[in-house]
Amino acid sequence: MRSSPLHVWSAILFVATLAVLGEVMIAAGMRQLGDLDELRSRRGLGGTIAAVLTNSRFVVGALCMALNFFSMLFALSIANLSLAGPAIAALTYVGNAVAARFFLREHVDRRRWLATLCVVLGVILLSR
Amino acid sequence: MKHVLRPSQYAILLGVMLSASVGDSFLKRGMEQVGAVNLRHPDLLWHALFNPYVDIGIVLLIGFFSLYTTALSWADLTFVMPATAFGYVVLALMGRFWLHEHLSLWRWLGILLIVAAVGFVAGGPSRTGHPELDRMDAGIGR
Repeated sequence: MRSSPLHVWSAILFVATLAVLGEVMIAAGMRQLGDLDELRSRRGLGGTIAAVLTNSRFVVGALCMALNFFSMLFALSIANLSLAGPAIAALTYVGNAVAARFFLREHVDRRRWLATLCVVLGVILLSR
Repeated sequence: MKHVLRPSQYAILLGVMLSASVGDSFLKRGMEQVGAVNLRHPDLLWHALFNPYVDIGIVLLIGFFSLYTTALSWADLTFVMPATAFGYVVLALMGRFWLHEHLSLWRWLGILLIVAAVGFVAGGPSRTGHPELDRMDAGIGR
């Protein structure tokens, strides 16, 4: 059975949203913990792994990424890989840049917006 | 140390660029040997775990996730993002030079754009933001 375009794009948007949420939460968790090399010199490898795995933002981010993986399988079952692959990747890169600007308070200057645009176009062209 | 990366940090970014794409290639090779997994043959997933290519692929993807999270501990998400996208370039080049696949002009243009993106962010700082807010953030979370 062929899925409607609305159905397909809803699935693509859902997968991309989960990916952005996951990556932003993991980045927020890592930012909260600070440089892992410095952390390892203070707490050792075991202490560093424990600090990462008990960071609530990291755990939420990892769960979102796991959910993203399974929802991706669903999206690929109703959409063509040639559409879903680049669309999800492009939406995720743009969403990450916007979320990094507003939620992670990163200074996304013209250089980084240009890089994001190049990545989005590059991914779309590579999938042709 | 917010603007200058240490050699070990460049090595981590290189690992991020290579590990996911090489891991995906090993998984693909392994799953080609295992065969198509579907609801009628779910047991093939168990057999896949005993395929050396699948095992190497899984180890590389775990390595990618570790390196990626490590990079995010000292660099911005928008700084690391192009490095993850570079994996697509590695995959395309592996296809061209290892599997002798044809790369169209569009794909070469895509490669050029992603390489340019890496160049754009590599010339800037790895970490930006508000130091005061970051300190407050770190204090609350530990």
